[in-house]
Amino acid sequence: MRDAIFPARRRWLFLAPALTVFAAFWLLPMAALVGVSAEQRGASYAAMVASPRYLRSLLATLGLSLGVTLATVVLSTVAGLFLERRRFAGRELLIAVLTLPLAFPGVVVGFMIIMLAGRQGLIGTLTQALLGERSVFAYSLTGLFLGYLYFSIPRVILTVMAAAEKLDPRLEEAARSLGAGSWAVVRDVLLPALRPALIASASMCFATSIGAFGTAFTLATDVDVLPMTIYNEFTLNANMTMAAALSVVLGLVTWGVLALSQWLGGEAAGAAA
Amino acid sequence: MRRALTAAQALVTVLMSLFLLVPTLMSMAAGVTDNYFRGWRSGFTLRWLAQVWDLYSDAIFLSLRIAVVTLLIVLVLGVPAAYALSRSGRRLARLVEGLLVLPVAVPGLASALGLLVVYGGVTAFRVSWWFIVVGHVIFTLPFMVRSVAAVCRSQDLKTLEEGAASLGAGFAQRFASVVLPNIRSGILAGALTVVTLSIGEFNLTWMLHTPLTKTLPVGLADAYASMRLEVGSAYTLVFFVMIVPLLVWMQTIGRHEKGAVR
Amino acid sequence: MKLDTVGIQLERCAKTYGRATRVLEPLDLGVVAGETLVLLGPSGCGKTTLLRLIAGLERPDAGGAVRFGGRDVTAQPIEARGVGMVFQSYALFPNMTARENVAYGLRIRKLPATEIAARVDELLELTRMAAHGGKPIAALSGGQKQRIALARALAPRPRVLLLDEPLTALDAQLRESLRAEMNALLRGLGVTTVYVTHDQAEAMALGDRIVVMSAGRIEQIGAPRDIYHRPANARVAAFIGTMNRLDGEWREQALHCAGGRVPAAAGATPTDAIWFRPEDAEWVAAEDAALHGVVAAATFLGERTRLAVDGVGAQTVLVDVAGRAAPEVGARIGLRLRPEVWQHRID
Repeated sequence: MRDAIFPARRRWLFLAPALTVFAAFWLLPMAALVGVSAEQRGASYAAMVASPRYLRSLLATLGLSLGVTLATVVLSTVAGLFLERRRFAGRELLIAVLTLPLAFPGVVVGFMIIMLAGRQGLIGTLTQALLGERSVFAYSLTGLFLGYLYFSIPRVILTVMAAAEKLDPRLEEAARSLGAGSWAVVRDVLLPALRPALIASASMCFATSIGAFGTAFTLATDVDVLPMTIYNEFTLNANMTMAAALSVVLGLVTWGVLALSQWLGGEAAGAAA
Repeated sequence: MRRALTAAQALVTVLMSLFLLVPTLMSMAAGVTDNYFRGWRSGFTLRWLAQVWDLYSDAIFLSLRIAVVTLLIVLVLGVPAAYALSRSGRRLARLVEGLLVLPVAVPGLASALGLLVVYGGVTAFRVSWWFIVVGHVIFTLPFMVRSVAAVCRSQDLKTLEEGAASLGAGFAQRFASVVLPNIRSGILAGALTVVTLSIGEFNLTWMLHTPLTKTLPVGLADAYASMRLEVGSAYTLVFFVMIVPLLVWMQTIGRHEKGAVR
Repeated sequence: MKLDTVGIQLERCAKTYGRATRVLEPLDLGVVAGETLVLLGPSGCGKTTLLRLIAGLERPDAGGAVRFGGRDVTAQPIEARGVGMVFQSYALFPNMTARENVAYGLRIRKLPATEIAARVDELLELTRMAAHGGKPIAALSGGQKQRIALARALAPRPRVLLLDEPLTALDAQLRESLRAEMNALLRGLGVTTVYVTHDQAEAMALGDRIVVMSAGRIEQIGAPRDIYHRPANARVAAFIGTMNRLDGEWREQALHCAGGRVPAAAGATPTDAIWFRPEDAEWVAAEDAALHGVVAAATFLGERTRLAVDGVGAQTVLVDVAGRAAPEVGARIGLRLRPEVWQHRID
């Protein structure tokens, strides 16, 4: 690209440091990781397919993430549309509450779930008062599910709201002038217009969930999601090769989901990720 | 019918907000309650905070140090790169940005393992907090690049620079007097994101840390696992107090930008 | 304020982008020191590229040369050429006030602060912006921004002034009043000016000479009156004002066409087509005229009425009638063409 003011050679000079650091501290390590994972002529990959443990972990991770993604997208769309299109007292506060947890690391989210549903949790206290029995589910699959929901909602809601803001109100008005009721407007105008944003945020939510580590670590459930399995292989079993192989699989699945969504949803999807 | 739908939407929204907010408030309260089991009746106390400070002040300071150093490195690497990308062809820009964002897309665990495989043997590096800085830089760089590149593109910097050049300004003068002042907002937004992400980063850091290089989130995991609920809560409270002002600042900038554009 | 100034010569300058996109065919151009040269043409004709070649923002293809006052500046970047440039979007620095923008070129040259302040004041006076110096750029209106952009370009005493469609972004009324101001200013300065526009009225009002361009080529160079009355070819004729073409048969010292005959002026050579502008045709009484037509449409434009007349030649002909009176639609009218239409041929 011709640019007398910022010629190509100088542009490369400006890019070089970032790219060099990136290559040295990510590309190289990733290549090395793939190399390690294939040690012993891919024994780890064979073990992955053969052993039910790894397969179960993978399926549990995928299933959990899928469930969380569906729930998050539905809930966030309802809430996001509601918040974006109406003005009322307390709106700013609700938006702040729903988006502030964006910066919480997984461990804090896990702790939040413990506060809600742990042994001294709020829900347990309520159920004890109402039903006589203390309900503790923070350390089960339900708790994990809620934890993943907790950190997914802020991300998806922000994307939905940003997309809803860009909606052209005149399309809706046109539909209404032709007789469409509220539900028809949602089904025929809003959702199709939001589709790219929904695909983008759904894939981002799914990718984040399958790679999430901190939450599962804190909740220490007996359901082993893939990141936990990787962690255990590395620290407890000192099986670097297996950990590397599982990481490569996890990395590929994550990258594949994001690439697929970008292909389906276009550039908007990639930008949101 | 419409009223019922609206009411249902409102209900869902409020329930979601409560779901996110209540445990946050609870944990903040628990951090200053004498005995969580007995609740408020046991009285208000600062002793848990004092204990947290005793045990984890090193971790907190280390997190701050790492965040600042990460920010400085990311500024030096990211701002020029973003500027160059905003003036490059669309395909190259998309390729490079897509490349830089891979460490965010791929689970932090994998990136950390990679680093350990290649550099784990360099002991001096491995046990220093610079090892963590490297991970944070790789993870937060794309956020700075994206933020600054977006601002560069939205400004038609090229014509402004041509104007400055027509008045005799050389490259360095143009960069300092025309480019940097006008991309300040992008740099600030990027900086806040980098600092916030670095302070809260766990997935990478957990794998890269050593007992001598514990960061704030690593300390949190430690506290949740082995300390009383009150101590974990107090530590979480400290974390909130550090993080929330940054988040509010970011949201204010975001709203300011939107208002300015309108 | 008077500026030292130089002439500009372009030799064999062409511009190609990529491997195949030729934006400028090789051309030669000379700009006389102190004149205002207007580059006129439709979008995409290469006029802006030509301006940028002179500025130093683009380099000509191999073999091309740009000279300022005889000195070869082809290899010099814009920072070193000493040109003042006004951009279409003004390119005013949003992070500075109006004063600071105007002072920028002087600051770069490291002039003492008192001198800078004096120059800035002088230029703000010249562009009638003295009251607005302290304002941020965002607080200025379009016309005010344009003036500051001009002041900024002039502050470092450039030897060449380059303007890229400076009035295009303004609304019509403002454009006209600013055009007059700019004209007076440029005459007073006496600096060599190259001005790019697609507006022919602007070109004719401001230019000492006009360069009409199309598809990367120079079609014609000349004073406004020459271009208007003696366009070199059909493209130039069509771009400047409106031109009618009347085809017919040459017989008995006259052009015979559908509507009658047009007697040739003294010394006119035989031809089978004449060209004339709407104001070159007079509306006369039908009985007195050798040429007739039927009014198909009449558009009232204020100071004149434009008639579309059928039946004169193969195509509809446009004729302007000045004043209050005008024929009605459907009326059969007589036309007389001024003898000057025979002076010029167009290929």
